[in-house]
Amino acid sequence: MGSKEGFIKINRELPETEQPEDRVKNYKEFYKPHDESLTTNQAARCMDCGVPFCHNGCPLGNLIPDFNDAVYQEQWEEAAKLLLSTNNFPEFTGRICPAPCEGSCVLGINKPPVAIEHIEKSIIEKAFVNGFIQADKNIKRNGKKVAIIGSGPAGLAGADQLNKAGYEVTVFERDEKPGGLLRFGIPDFKLDKWVVDRRVSLMEEEGVRFKLKMEVGKDINSSELFIDYNAILLATGSTVPRDLEIRGREFEGIHFAMDFLTQQNQRVSGLKVAEEAIWAQDKNVIVIGGGDTGSDCIGTSNRQGAKSIVQFELLEKPPTDRKNTNPWPEWPLILRTSSSHEEGCDRHWSILTKQFLGNEKGEVTGIETVEIEWRNGKFEEIEGTEKVYPCDLVLLAIGFNHTQHEGLINQLNLDLDSKGNTLAKDYQTKVPSVFVAGDMRRGQSLVVWAISEGREAARKLDAYLSQESKLPAKNISEYQLS
Amino acid sequence: MDVKSLYVAENEKDACGVGCIANINGRKSHKTLKDALTMLKNMEHRGATGADPDTGDGAGILLQIPHSYFKSELREFGLNLPDAGHYGLGMVFYPQHYATRKECRSIMNQLMKKMGFQLIGYRLVPVDSTVPGHESKSVEPYIEQVFIQHKDPNIVGDDLERKLFVLRHFITHSINNLIKSVNNEFYFSSLSSRTVIYKGQLKTDQVEKYFLDLKQAEVKTAIALVHSRFSTNTFPNWKLAQPFRYIAHNGEINTIRGNVIKMQSKEALMKSNLYTEEELKWLLPVTDKRNSDSSNLDALVELLTISGRDLPHVLMMLVPEAWQDNPHMDPERKAFYKYHAAMMEPWDGPAALFFTNGAQIGATLDRNGLRPVRYCVTSDQRLIMASEAGAVHVAEEKIVEKGRLQPGKMLLVDTENGTLLKDEEIKEMVCKNKPYLNWIEQKRLKLKSMPIPVLEKKIIEPQRLLTRQISSGVSAEDVKLTILPFAENGTEPLGSMGADVPLAVLSRQSQHVSNYFKQYFAQVSNPPIDPIRERLVMSLFTRIGNSQNLLDETPEHTRQVHISQPVLSRDDYYRIKALENEGFTHKIIDATFDATGKETLQLAIARIAEEGADAIKDGHTILIISNRKESSKRIPIPSLLAIGAVHHHLVANKLRTKAGLIIEASDAWETHHFATMIGYGASGIYPYLTYDAIQYAHEKGELDKETKLDDYKANYIKGIGKGLLKILSKMGISTLQSYQSAQIFECVGLGQEVISTCFNGTISRLDGLSFSDLEREVIIKHKAAYSNENKSLLETGGIFQWKQRGEKHLLNPRTIHLLQKATQSNDYQLFKEYTRSIRESENHLINLRDLIEFKQRQSVPIEEVEPVENIVTRFATGAMSFGSISHEAHSTLAVAMNRLGAKSNSGEGGEDPVRFEKKANGDWERSAIKQVASGRFGVTIEYLNEAEELQIKIAQGAKPGEGGQLPGHKVDEWIAKVRHSTPGVGLISPPPHHDIYSIEDLKQLISDLKNSNPAARINVKLVSEAGVGTIAAGVAKAKADVILVSGADGGTGASPLSSIRHAGLPWEMGLAEAHQTLVMNNLRSRVVLQTDGKIMTGRDLAIATLLGAEEYGISTAALIVEGCIMMRKCHLNTCPVGIATQKEELRKLFTGDPDHVVNFFNMLVMELREIMAELGFRTINEMVGQAHALKVKNNLNHWKAEKLDLTPVINYSQPPSHVGEFKQIDQNHHLDKALDNKIIKDLKKSDLTQTLHYLIKNTDRSTGTLLSSYLTKKKTHLGERINIDFNGSAGQSFGAFLSSHLSFTLSGEANDYVGKGLSGGEIIIKPSPKSTLIPQENIIIGNVSLYGATGGTLFVNGQAGERFAVRNSGAKAVVEGIGDHGCEYMTGGEVIVLGAIGANFGAGMSGGIAYLLDDSDKLEQNINQEMIELEVPEQKDLEIIHHKIQQHLEFTGSPKAKDLLANWNVAKIQFKKVMPNDLKRVLQMNKEKSKVA
Repeated sequence: MGSKEGFIKINRELPETEQPEDRVKNYKEFYKPHDESLTTNQAARCMDCGVPFCHNGCPLGNLIPDFNDAVYQEQWEEAAKLLLSTNNFPEFTGRICPAPCEGSCVLGINKPPVAIEHIEKSIIEKAFVNGFIQADKNIKRNGKKVAIIGSGPAGLAGADQLNKAGYEVTVFERDEKPGGLLRFGIPDFKLDKWVVDRRVSLMEEEGVRFKLKMEVGKDINSSELFIDYNAILLATGSTVPRDLEIRGREFEGIHFAMDFLTQQNQRVSGLKVAEEAIWAQDKNVIVIGGGDTGSDCIGTSNRQGAKSIVQFELLEKPPTDRKNTNPWPEWPLILRTSSSHEEGCDRHWSILTKQFLGNEKGEVTGIETVEIEWRNGKFEEIEGTEKVYPCDLVLLAIGFNHTQHEGLINQLNLDLDSKGNTLAKDYQTKVPSVFVAGDMRRGQSLVVWAISEGREAARKLDAYLSQESKLPAKNISEYQLS
Repeated sequence: MDVKSLYVAENEKDACGVGCIANINGRKSHKTLKDALTMLKNMEHRGATGADPDTGDGAGILLQIPHSYFKSELREFGLNLPDAGHYGLGMVFYPQHYATRKECRSIMNQLMKKMGFQLIGYRLVPVDSTVPGHESKSVEPYIEQVFIQHKDPNIVGDDLERKLFVLRHFITHSINNLIKSVNNEFYFSSLSSRTVIYKGQLKTDQVEKYFLDLKQAEVKTAIALVHSRFSTNTFPNWKLAQPFRYIAHNGEINTIRGNVIKMQSKEALMKSNLYTEEELKWLLPVTDKRNSDSSNLDALVELLTISGRDLPHVLMMLVPEAWQDNPHMDPERKAFYKYHAAMMEPWDGPAALFFTNGAQIGATLDRNGLRPVRYCVTSDQRLIMASEAGAVHVAEEKIVEKGRLQPGKMLLVDTENGTLLKDEEIKEMVCKNKPYLNWIEQKRLKLKSMPIPVLEKKIIEPQRLLTRQISSGVSAEDVKLTILPFAENGTEPLGSMGADVPLAVLSRQSQHVSNYFKQYFAQVSNPPIDPIRERLVMSLFTRIGNSQNLLDETPEHTRQVHISQPVLSRDDYYRIKALENEGFTHKIIDATFDATGKETLQLAIARIAEEGADAIKDGHTILIISNRKESSKRIPIPSLLAIGAVHHHLVANKLRTKAGLIIEASDAWETHHFATMIGYGASGIYPYLTYDAIQYAHEKGELDKETKLDDYKANYIKGIGKGLLKILSKMGISTLQSYQSAQIFECVGLGQEVISTCFNGTISRLDGLSFSDLEREVIIKHKAAYSNENKSLLETGGIFQWKQRGEKHLLNPRTIHLLQKATQSNDYQLFKEYTRSIRESENHLINLRDLIEFKQRQSVPIEEVEPVENIVTRFATGAMSFGSISHEAHSTLAVAMNRLGAKSNSGEGGEDPVRFEKKANGDWERSAIKQVASGRFGVTIEYLNEAEELQIKIAQGAKPGEGGQLPGHKVDEWIAKVRHSTPGVGLISPPPHHDIYSIEDLKQLISDLKNSNPAARINVKLVSEAGVGTIAAGVAKAKADVILVSGADGGTGASPLSSIRHAGLPWEMGLAEAHQTLVMNNLRSRVVLQTDGKIMTGRDLAIATLLGAEEYGISTAALIVEGCIMMRKCHLNTCPVGIATQKEELRKLFTGDPDHVVNFFNMLVMELREIMAELGFRTINEMVGQAHALKVKNNLNHWKAEKLDLTPVINYSQPPSHVGEFKQIDQNHHLDKALDNKIIKDLKKSDLTQTLHYLIKNTDRSTGTLLSSYLTKKKTHLGERINIDFNGSAGQSFGAFLSSHLSFTLSGEANDYVGKGLSGGEIIIKPSPKSTLIPQENIIIGNVSLYGATGGTLFVNGQAGERFAVRNSGAKAVVEGIGDHGCEYMTGGEVIVLGAIGANFGAGMSGGIAYLLDDSDKLEQNINQEMIELEVPEQKDLEIIHHKIQQHLEFTGSPKAKDLLANWNVAKIQFKKVMPNDLKRVLQMNKEKSKVA
């Protein structure tokens, strides 16, 4: 451990951001350049705990205390090695992860946690700049082929792992650019797309092939893959959005958040926006759903020039500090203000949407709501709190139900779990050579979980094809004997 | 005895009282015998009895053959004895059975004839068989004397002794081998033409009652040697009583296993023209690992003496004084020791050895001087010498000299020449026998002085390094926490919070073979040593070369290579190879095996063992075992297996001493690896891969490039060396030479096949892995390394830091979180979820208890089980000091435990008296248990009386056998006040209690403490290791009320990483062994048995109870409930939750609450009760020790754990109905016998101003302690002290814990521990008015005076023994001379010495002041300058000194004081002031602070 009293002497500090009023003028990331010492000082706050809860909290098992120490020691190459040993894409998680690690950081018991995510991002960016990351063009091939369906974080992680293990990997993507949610779901101001491009090119250089605009199950029949590939890894995500089936849902101007966000991403990337444009400029926007996607809608709406933005959340307003029933190291259920919130919006909690109101043109004009009160996990409407919020655009950011069933899953006749996701214990489906990873298997979740799933599934697939996998497992040492 | 129990007979220990009386002129008298028997009786308190109060542990006497008595005795039977010295007298123990006895006799007669002897006759020894107790009686031998003479009348004197010696062995070997029914019980207690030994399983006063001969006035002798034994158990055995034929021994040989193993090879080389070849065959072996350490030492002393060396010479070679690092020793003497070191390793351990050949008698002490020997010489030419002064009354006016033996010194009386020789004279004589110095200069080589080899710079290929490291099992954690810290700091890295990972055999991760070995450590029966502060007695040197005939001395004997320490640098390694030029040829043994399965590990091991033997037969004298040839095709054999196999193969073939073994190892990086390899035979280890790792880290910049690579490597070597010294010293061993191949480990998890091939003789009680299992472990590493050679990182490790891919931990994010949440919310359902999450570890298998489950039994309704509030009082929290944890954390536990009626523990740090009073709301911060540890911080009479229990900490789980340190920065105002020290000044807890060097010392301390607070239970805290059962039995005999067997996993404090993991055993084994052994000895019902060590759940409690525990200690879990999150940085003072820190800002972050702690214990008991109900136990008492309710799980689904055999742990044999299985009977502490009772009675009658007078003798012990307790408890406050005068020889602990109410004046002398724990009282000691001695030239008080004193004054008109004022923190003393290690670890007070000081003065002294008037030129060399400085006293100092000397004169009438005052102007310039650097720094700082203010 580097500094034994760093956590006592140094406070948590992140790089400065552009002012909200400036940053909404464009879609770029908004952290200002900063001195490297900021990062090494932040790393010095790590206490190198005997039980690093951060490392436990990280779905990837990132070696957080270890890379913090390396950063503190300015051993950047070592830090990158440590980081990349568990995480294929720190440049993604370093930007958009909600950082469960920080939620469980021991320092968080009584002080602001270590700025782990910032450190992670700094390590990987420094690694790229310093050339620590070079395409390995000499991977020994084992002659076996794997098809990966879906190029979101799970598919990419699986592809990267399997490619390194010597497989000839082909990634099938139905969109015109790879990245899935990373590319089309997350706005550029949170994840600039050059970051995705950089990674994809690196993978291509290392031999991964991408087949774009090719929807397996539609453009080609799933079973054809068995002819060319020894095994298949499915990672198409959880894409069927949850809907709000109440009166007035049929009015125009009510959209799923992901449709809205995807369009903006397409625009920023200079791609053609396929369908009818969803546009927030000069509109009164209401975002239903208080999660990260909701925030993305707010940020995007502000950038498009919305007149007003209101956000509803069904749950009650979280406390500013942890409640007794939500002690550390549980994920802190506290009020969070995202960068998009900073950019301006009106937030309401304990709000139930009763019905959409519309005009004769069939356009949405408002939402009727009622305030609710939560008791023991159930809510009751509070009489007399009914209210109408006028609006022109409603964005539904209330999550996803499950993965898409038509096409791929139906063709392969895979089993589903009770929630409608693909059933695959240990990542393997009932078709032995078909594996599943990511949201498609576990339901909607975090990017960091998708990467973890991609890695673990790749290992299972490798073991299936080669008896034994040399790929690292998250929680099994190579010295382990069963 | 059930072989499946954990009890191992070879772990029996003993200690004792010993003494002799000799007439210097050789005049024989019956009085000498009679006085010796009185002396013996007066040392009864140094012996012990078990459950049977009439069966002692053994006592006896050796005397010269009373020729005229036997002549007349035999004449009555018509037998005629030849002249004195022309016949041999044997004292024979036969089995009682008549036919067997007859058979023995017939063999005896035959063999006598064969050796040319003829029988004169047998004499039944007259005994009174009603004397021994019934236990002893049950094995009483049939004792006969046999008188024989040699046919050749010219064979007399030494020749006759030699023949008798051979005959005795010949007969004993033959009978014990031939007649199975003898059961190895046939025994000569003596067979000699000079001496005869009367001994048996007797109490001291029973010796003369039993042996009727001893009462006869005609029985006369000039020499009498007596011995009283205290054995750690009560299995009667007449043979083990002492004296033996040549020695009587008080102490223990710690290196016995190695010594005996090496003797096997040495015996193979023996030749002597004093014996025929046939005779040698009959004679050998003389040592036998089945025999006790003392009897083996005796056998060797006898062999070497009888084969031509002088007795003192033999003792000097077997038990050498500390010579190596003594720059002041005479070169001839040093040469003697060096020379003999080449043929004999020290028989190391605490020892007072009395020795005699019938004409000479003497005594010597081990190098540490850990046993007391006091002597006096009288005007009628008698030498009286014993463990205690005053054991025989001698008129003071007749005494011409009083002295003590000093460490490593010798005293000898030669009754033939009528001389009394002192150490200098004896040794000078012995060392002149041969030109040792000359021989050494000519023949001996020193590795260090060999030319530096020319080597190319090593080039590191990172990928190759990584591959090799992986294949050797090096983890990232090993590099980060072990290798690099060693290289940076040159010391062993520290950790905290004990161990919570699986035992090696339960881990699913491939293990280093060393991990299956647990280091032994000294507890109770011998003391650990402080390798830092007492470095002068330690040595690391090792040697290689071949040994010569032990019975001879030639220049060739010293033709060996001296290696100054065993961790070889690259240069050293190549120098060893270059020794070829000097005639030491080497053979490299390739310790790798084929990776394709052509050869198994087992075959490879057999192959290299054979290669080793062949190489020696080819004349090589150095074998280098190397795994460097490792590759993708060759798998390295673990170096420990390789060395063990080669070593034991050579031992078995009696080739071992012909060559030195060197290892070139990739798999040696932490201290324990080196220790095990040395322990199994290596003389040197070249850890090449570790050096590569250091070099690589340096090249990468992980190690600061400002420092040179060579310095890092040197640091590493230095650090490992220090770590090795620590490992040696915790076993009480001083020299690496003795440690080497001494196998001081217990194995857990290796099976018989591996043990017998590689680690023969090592205890491995639970069976375990075979070679093929180990092969799997080796292969997995090799595969991990070579199957993917593109790896970029080492495996994570995860032993000291929880990691997802790392080793499993009992305390992991989930268990910690659930425990905290459940106890904070008092939610029992959540608590059950927590215990389930702990039980999940059963699938991981972390602890032995995870392999055990409950049997199905008839259950009872839970309402019938005794209530929670009953059971909860059986809990204690562990000993954590205020200082190691914050006041907030400490008092929260205390309040909670007091609310429950359970006990918290003060730990070793005193307790602030404000906590003694209850708070207004009824809460109480007082710790019910007050600990008495080696540092004795804040142990005052008030502290002792504010306790319900006093706990003597012998060892602690995290670092048994080691001391501790509280760095100065942690000692704030408050802590300093409570510990009676100075803020900012560091505090050291010594490894041993300086008043417990053996079991009888512990008995004394227990008695002291019981006197100090008769209402308190006395608890002795031990740590689990093989033999702890035997120790526990000894402790029960020493009258402890409670015995705590701690598991090695426990521990919360800081300790070296290697100790956390590798020392001691789990509590399951120690507890079960202790319970089994106590029941076997019928001692279990006298003591409460308690256990601790990571007890986390009700299930753990149930298993502990069934294995024998009736009380439980919990620390780690309680801390977690208070908010601890296993940061494991307790040693850094940076605990972020305010527990293990003294920083104000961090303490504020503490959020613990007594309610949560109360919830925790209640819920634990709720779970325990559920199990009790299920198993049908209504009370804990019913349940204790009922191990038959347990069974070993079968479907373990773990290929390693399945190899273990846990039946010894859960062994249960129904004891006889009178033998209790839980605590039922109170110990009888015999407090009513204390002299203090009389004083208290008299005080009640007196007006307190008059002085009371008493006679005192050596059996009056702890005088003043009970009285002090009485006055303290009464809260008596007096203006003036009560004066009490004593006359005579005071027993041990005179004035211990004397309170400020009292002033004692003793005229006469005192034994050890005067003013121990002095708590404000005054003690004045002066010679008897009748004495004619010059006081300042003679010893008047014993060793370890003022140990742990916190206040008060002591005036001593005469000299004191060793370790004067050790750990004194407040007392002021004037004394006229002291022995070695004076003022060690002192932190406060003031000591004025008006005479010479011994060696190592002021070691570890961080506070207090000493003024020395040592007018010899040795003052400076006797000061340990590491922490102190000599200064010239200032005027202020001189005023203090002058005043004190005036008082000294006034109180004692000291002539020295008078003289000094009379010549003050001359005297005052002779004083030196001893100033601790630490104190000086703090004083300076305070001065500057006040200036600024």
